[in-house]
Amino acid sequence: MKGAYDIITIGGSAGSLSVLTGLLDALPDNMSMPVVIVLHRLRNVESEMGRLLSATKDIREPEDKEPVKDHHFYLAPQNYHLMIEADKTFMLDYSELVNYSRPAIDMTFSSVADVYGNRALCILLSGANKDGAEGLCEVIAAGGTGIVQDPHTAAFEVMPQSAIDLCRDVKVLTIEEIIKFIIFET
Amino acid sequence: MKEDISAVDFLDIINIVKLQYGYDFTGYVQASLKRRILRFMSRANISTVFDLKHRLVNDSELFTRMVQYITVNVTEMFRDPRFYRTLREEVLPKLAAYPNIKIWHAGCSTGEEVFSMAILLQEAGLLSRTKLYASDLNPMNLERAATGIIPLDNMKDYTYNYIQSGGLADFSNYYTARYDNVLIKKELRKHINFFQHNLVTDTVFNEFQLICCRNVFIYFNRELQNHVLQLFHDSLSPRGYLAMGIRESMRFADIHKQYETVHGQEKIYRRK
Repeated sequence: MKGAYDIITIGGSAGSLSVLTGLLDALPDNMSMPVVIVLHRLRNVESEMGRLLSATKDIREPEDKEPVKDHHFYLAPQNYHLMIEADKTFMLDYSELVNYSRPAIDMTFSSVADVYGNRALCILLSGANKDGAEGLCEVIAAGGTGIVQDPHTAAFEVMPQSAIDLCRDVKVLTIEEIIKFIIFET
Repeated sequence: MKEDISAVDFLDIINIVKLQYGYDFTGYVQASLKRRILRFMSRANISTVFDLKHRLVNDSELFTRMVQYITVNVTEMFRDPRFYRTLREEVLPKLAAYPNIKIWHAGCSTGEEVFSMAILLQEAGLLSRTKLYASDLNPMNLERAATGIIPLDNMKDYTYNYIQSGGLADFSNYYTARYDNVLIKKELRKHINFFQHNLVTDTVFNEFQLICCRNVFIYFNRELQNHVLQLFHDSLSPRGYLAMGIRESMRFADIHKQYETVHGQEKIYRRK
């Protein structure tokens, strides 16, 4: 039987790397839906972020027009905004920085809200700017679920706190609670 | 509540722009184009789609401003340094065999990538026998590119990129700084010809050994991608090179069989 969500999207910035690593390690390898991760990263520096995030999970950086597949973990590539088109393919965008960032979490969340509606689960972790807050509101307004890391447990509280201030009905959970939510409610 | 443009209105806008101004956005990816049209409406204080359509029909100046907004004009010098390193090490030595070299930058925006190419060619000793053609659909970009002026603030990142790409010279030799801007040296720019060309509606105009079209395909749907890849195929000399953006892929296009992969990671292909 299909669960409650067709996609999980996770956004984070400063201070999110270690919690994200822990979160990914705790998830089963074979998720029933795609998991898409958007992190603020340096733009023209070669990096092995996918491998840094998880030793066990195969995390790929999608190419433009690649289909979004269940059971796969994806990471937004450097220096592009990552969006999802109506036909469930990735679309990369090389337009202006949004919230000083490219990739911007808002851009991804917003497209996920458009395409997945109430079948979207979006999670916002620690970070030092407000990117992701508006997008999370759009996800919730479209009937999806928005979760933020409890600011008290976040290394940088601005990002989750901005979403709490801006959106109604956002769930505030600790990392352990987020893991439980993903495992038992998706 | 988020504003939206219905599918019917979207088509109307595309059609007005096409019939009235000759710009064809039919094959553009819808999600990003819609987003940019909405952004333009809010910037131009146009509150309804009806108003936008009405004004587009009656006000060509508004259209000029809209083109500036809905086309993406972001670019960097030596973006993806490893790509430029690969050009230096693997492609330029091959081009050196030609007595005269012709290179086309399609979708050159404000010129940063073609300036980078001119620097590579200079360092490879090839610039004096190379003609660089740089095209864009947006005339304002071309005007800007032709001035050779770049904001000084960007030069720190560009210098870093240049060094990562294997550049050994002092990067500041290639420009003159004045107040908040730099001017790319005339010796580099005199080999570049900027001109308007629309990949959707315009055709083959010359034959090239290398075509660079990076981060343009991401805005095209598959049908239009195929069309443009065919145009490039017809514009390349036999065994000529095509470079796409490093996250763009030919594997989702039907025409990929007419190209062979030279460098998979850096997205450098060759006409079969």
